[in-house]
Amino acid sequence: MSSENGKLDSPESEDTKLTLGLPGESSKAAGTKRGFSGTIDLNLGSSRYHQEDHHGNYDDHHDDGANIDLGMAAKPSAAKAQVVGWPPVRVSRRNTKRSCKYVKVAVDGAPYLRKVDLQMYNTYHQLLTALEDMFSCFTIRNYLNERKMMDPVNGMEYVPTYEDKDGDWMLVGDVPWKMFVESCKRLRLMKSSEAIGLAPCTPPKRTSTTPKKHL
Amino acid sequence: MLRMANSFPEEVLEHVFSFIQSDKDRNSISMVCKSWYEIERWCRRRIFVGNCYAVSPRMVIRRFPEVRSIELKGKPHFADFNLVPEGWGGYVQPWIVAMIGAYPLLEEIRLKRMVVTDDSLELIAKSFKNFKVLVLSSCEGFSTDGLAAIAANCRNLRELDLRESEVDDLSGHWLSHFPDTYTSLVSLNIACLVSEVSFSALERLVGRCPNLRSLRLNRAVPLERLANLLRRAPQLVELGTGAYSAELRPDVFSNLAGALSDCKELKSLSGFWDVVPAYLPAVYSTCPGLTTLNLSYATIQSPDLIKLVSQCQNLQCLWVLDYIEDVGLDALAASCKDLRELRVFPSDPFGMEPNVALTEQGLVSVSEGCPKLHSVLYFCRQMSNAALLTIARNQPNFTCFRLCIIEPHTPDYLTRQPLDVGFGAIVEHCKDLRRLSVSGLLTDRVFEYIGTHGKKLEMLSLAFAGDSDLGLHHVLSGCENLRKLEIRDCPFGDKALLANAAKLETMRSLWMSSCSVSYGACKLLGQKMPRLNVEVIDERGHPDTRPESCPVEKLYIYRSVAGPRSDMPGFVWTMGGDSDFKPHKLNII
Repeated sequence: MSSENGKLDSPESEDTKLTLGLPGESSKAAGTKRGFSGTIDLNLGSSRYHQEDHHGNYDDHHDDGANIDLGMAAKPSAAKAQVVGWPPVRVSRRNTKRSCKYVKVAVDGAPYLRKVDLQMYNTYHQLLTALEDMFSCFTIRNYLNERKMMDPVNGMEYVPTYEDKDGDWMLVGDVPWKMFVESCKRLRLMKSSEAIGLAPCTPPKRTSTTPKKHL
Repeated sequence: MLRMANSFPEEVLEHVFSFIQSDKDRNSISMVCKSWYEIERWCRRRIFVGNCYAVSPRMVIRRFPEVRSIELKGKPHFADFNLVPEGWGGYVQPWIVAMIGAYPLLEEIRLKRMVVTDDSLELIAKSFKNFKVLVLSSCEGFSTDGLAAIAANCRNLRELDLRESEVDDLSGHWLSHFPDTYTSLVSLNIACLVSEVSFSALERLVGRCPNLRSLRLNRAVPLERLANLLRRAPQLVELGTGAYSAELRPDVFSNLAGALSDCKELKSLSGFWDVVPAYLPAVYSTCPGLTTLNLSYATIQSPDLIKLVSQCQNLQCLWVLDYIEDVGLDALAASCKDLRELRVFPSDPFGMEPNVALTEQGLVSVSEGCPKLHSVLYFCRQMSNAALLTIARNQPNFTCFRLCIIEPHTPDYLTRQPLDVGFGAIVEHCKDLRRLSVSGLLTDRVFEYIGTHGKKLEMLSLAFAGDSDLGLHHVLSGCENLRKLEIRDCPFGDKALLANAAKLETMRSLWMSSCSVSYGACKLLGQKMPRLNVEVIDERGHPDTRPESCPVEKLYIYRSVAGPRSDMPGFVWTMGGDSDFKPHKLNII
């Protein structure tokens, strides 16, 4: 009984539904959430990455294989009781959902936030490049080994910061990448003028393999 | 006729028979006359036993004394989905023990869904001096210690293939047991292993085996080591990568791309765990030559998948996750005109809502664009009768059609009707259909269609379908070539089963779980049909503790000339005789 999808099936409801969609993307299967369509002029570039707000039912699959089979798992977010052996997928194929870690990205002055999946990247540079794509008004500017982003239009400099597990706001780039992914809860591109309190970061121990970008 | 048969010396007949390899034809030959039966049985070299309990090892050995290659299957197919409880059976040990004495020259053992112990592996390793091929498909019960014994002792080993087996992975050290003098490896598949094997041992092994054609690594082999392995084996035809991820480094990338482009014979790629999309272009040089591509562990999105498959114009077989989406299947249909087999697996089988834009449309596209497509396994969340009709008309050549709509009882999403008519169209148009799995909302009507049209159907899988015994009756009475029937969670009871009891002797096996077959009916069936093993599986305790009308949990019925088996666990009983019994050490002739 897939009645939860029933009301979303008719084509008209798809078009008029306020979906979270990226500008330029066509509407997709019922039930997925997408970003707002591009009516607001914030130079939002189109992104190659899906921006789905998963319902949180992806993050506790990994050692639940056996429990799922016995129908015993009371998974907090996937409300459906699992039927033993259904769907007919072998155990070895069960963990194919990409592990993803979506965090919100706020830009000072922007009217709404975006989300990025930190698991998509292996280095800080890749992340900043993606943010550059997402907020296509920015370019990355490496200045004295500090990672900053700049909006050439208004000349404002932005410093990438993040909120860690302890609730503190940290400068992006100090700790090894994997540690950062582990502890990052949300990102904020903070106006440089507000970032006076943060000490300049020491040059990272890892050699950066990314080219420096200039104005 | 008798005179003609006697006028050929045995050697001539044997020589003629040696050109006939198919079991079916061999069986036909053996039925011509007694002397042909005798000659044939002495020169049969390969045996296939589809159900290891259908016959005893001693019976096989007695009839065929000179076997060199044996293939055995154990547990029923639904064991893949955890429906067969642990300890059910399927032990290979009695077979190994019997064959050690009878077949000292045995070369090949292929097992599927059987329990294999380290003892069995050790016996194999030490007893068969000319042992060449070991394939363990979805097997369990052994550890890497058993593999070490194989590696250390089998001087003539060609093939070691552990496909999808569950191995107690104590360490990767077993690989180092291949002696330095060992050079005959042709095929190695360790993809199911978890532990790291010694990379230097692996490199040396690969380097000294010039006939190596197929190498399927496990996830623990890092991408950075792949190039070195490939440079030692540029003659590879089949490659399974390990984890396909690494820090983005231009030197690693170009090294890998270079090594891959030197593998001019590569036809099959698999592996691709943890894919970093930036490294995918390294395989592009191999794409035009690929006939098989297994991306079913690759969690990459449709744009990357499209870039990849669009370059594989000669692709015949694709396994992929539903990340490919409808748009990717459109691209597949446009680029891969030689496609024969497609399997689309669900990336999020337990999710409540669709996480990808994959619908019935993808399958329609492929059925339209790929004229040679004949085998499909497709997981999706919505389907319509109209789509199935279109698919059936586009592609009447299906031999295997397995559709799994993830939510049970899902109706046609456009009309809210059952999908009877759609699947009916499939069986009606696809006259060569041998294997079918149905899903979605289905009434007895679909079984009427299947029984009427599914004349070549050999294997049928049903779940959450049907209304009454009539459905099962249609199938059992209509499908003349049915060999395997597996059913779960369908409202089928005693009537159809008892009315079609004789049919069951013409089939390999019937599995029914969470249906409505009563204990009383099972007992009756067991009594009436001595050549069937009617096994009741019930973890709630002996069925005698419940009323006779109470449905059994699970039922597995198979024909056998070996009588009831003697290795059943405490939750399995064979029906038959005056009452159900568990035989004591039955002397199987």
